[in-house]
Amino acid sequence: MHAIQLDGVVKEYTSHGEVVQAVKGVTLDIAEGEFFSLLGPSGCGKTTTMRMIAGFEEPTRGSVRLHGEDVTNVPPNKRDVNMVFQSYALFPHMNVWDNVAFGLKQKKVPTADIQRRVGEILEIVDLKGREKRRPREMSGGQQQRVALARALVNHPRALLLDEPLGALDLKLRQAMQLELKRIQREVGITFVYVTHDQSEALTMSDRIAVMNDGLVEQLADPRTIYERPASPFVAGFIGTSNLLSGTAVAGVVKLGEGRVLVPGQDGDVTVTVRPEKITICPDRPEGEISAVPGKVDEVVYLGTYNSYTVRLADGAEVTVFQQNAVDATLTAERGDSVWLSWQPQHSYVIGS
Amino acid sequence: MRSRLTPYLLALPSWIWLGAFLVVPLAAMASVSTQSGNVIDGFVQTFSFGNYADAISQYSPQLLRSLWYGGAATLAMVLIGYPVAYWIAFRGGNRKATYLFLLLLPFFVSFVLRTISWNFMLSGDGILLGPLKDWGLLPSDFQITATAFAVISGLTYNWLPFMILPIYVSLERVDPRVMEAAHDLYASRTTVFRKIVLPLSLPGVFAGVLMTFVPAVADPINAAVLGGTNNTMIGNIISTLYLTNANYPAAAALSFSLMAVLLVGIFVYARALGTENVLEAAAR
Repeated sequence: MHAIQLDGVVKEYTSHGEVVQAVKGVTLDIAEGEFFSLLGPSGCGKTTTMRMIAGFEEPTRGSVRLHGEDVTNVPPNKRDVNMVFQSYALFPHMNVWDNVAFGLKQKKVPTADIQRRVGEILEIVDLKGREKRRPREMSGGQQQRVALARALVNHPRALLLDEPLGALDLKLRQAMQLELKRIQREVGITFVYVTHDQSEALTMSDRIAVMNDGLVEQLADPRTIYERPASPFVAGFIGTSNLLSGTAVAGVVKLGEGRVLVPGQDGDVTVTVRPEKITICPDRPEGEISAVPGKVDEVVYLGTYNSYTVRLADGAEVTVFQQNAVDATLTAERGDSVWLSWQPQHSYVIGS
Repeated sequence: MRSRLTPYLLALPSWIWLGAFLVVPLAAMASVSTQSGNVIDGFVQTFSFGNYADAISQYSPQLLRSLWYGGAATLAMVLIGYPVAYWIAFRGGNRKATYLFLLLLPFFVSFVLRTISWNFMLSGDGILLGPLKDWGLLPSDFQITATAFAVISGLTYNWLPFMILPIYVSLERVDPRVMEAAHDLYASRTTVFRKIVLPLSLPGVFAGVLMTFVPAVADPINAAVLGGTNNTMIGNIISTLYLTNANYPAAAALSFSLMAVLLVGIFVYARALGTENVLEAAAR
């Protein structure tokens, strides 16, 4: 049974007399208990898609199903999903307890059950003893956990999270990512997570839908998205990635003096290779590997690793990450002529 | 120079202003209120606190009527003003500024003129009632002016924007996401209003009531223009005592009595409604 199914969902707005398509036809099946992310740049339609699942927007075309039941035109208060807002949207005039109990009170849950369930969820999100606090008396991280508890306490069939960590600083965000994953495992509820932060999506998700311009570009698990991007957009959006274009003849793309091995490919291809898969060395390496010559344009020291920008003969830029391991020495400097090499399996031909 | 004194120095002109034009006249008035004498022989300070007892016993009907007219007008302003403020705040789109401007447009015409034009509209053979009477829809002796209704309507009309603006400001500050969050947590549209929007806008209603009730109670113009002789308010009495009878001590004593009544009323009102407990209670 799918927790959430979107079928050909389109959302159009009229703005200054012109019809704008925010979502251009999204079809998704989200499984029960899955941690599912909608990932994309701002304006890609990910938030609109989520708001259609929550019921705040009605699709212009297409349908939304929750556990098989068509809810396309059902208002948010009659849908068994809850949302965690980017700005938390806590009720400023209520204390933590009343915020969290709000949904249960609306559902007319018996008072004794409300007491028990609010207490339990506050324990899970580590806010016990702060029941009487007002939202504005709490830190961003605490408010975030109140928002989470307020939604989770209702045991929704799915929890929708709209960039819930966006307002937190880096350290807290990383801690909350693991925290969210733990809570999701603990309560076993389907999470739909909207974010523009690819590392967040990669860290937490079971599956990711990468969206661009109102459409899903790729829907896969994090490893596949990262290692085998379906389009240049996905390759560029997820992490740093190098794109090399050329014509393959019997599995080899000639690039000046160098070559890129693309086993089994013929014709025009775009190849991606991740920066951390590339080795940098002064001389042409031996063996059945991809190797291209270039000149070091920039070296940036980034603590755990160095980032090199290398310009190839045809003008293309290639980024290389090299780990600062115990035995690593700075192998190249600005202006050096170098060879870049990588194993054939790390070349990925986009769309293959 | 950015010393710790800067804020105080910046506030100095307003303190001087308040001292010269509020505190000094008030003190002078307080002194006048206990003097005795008449305008020809002059007034001397005799500490006659009996002026207060006289003023209150003689004019308590007008004082009570003023509180009742002012209160009724304030209530009417809340009932009319809240929906208007709500509509502008949540349905005004990108024309909010225009609507607010339209709301203030009548203020480009003098207060007295506006009230007189109401008299013109409401009078027995005016543009509203005249035709209705000609068509036989109303009895020919029907009148609105010179009734309590006319005075309360006039007060409501004249101070309505001062009710709408603070309510609008408080509604405007309600985060739409907070309303969505409540809607998402199984609250119907009505419940969202009752549990979220209304409690969060109460500070605006509170401010609006303060800003309108006091001037409405003390206003002399509406009763004079629209009220005829049987609906005199305390403001009319004070201005007659002062301008016509030249009985300055009585006018001053009556003014201070009115001020005392209003201050006590406001204090009680603020204690009862101005605290966060009310917001929490309203949210339950």
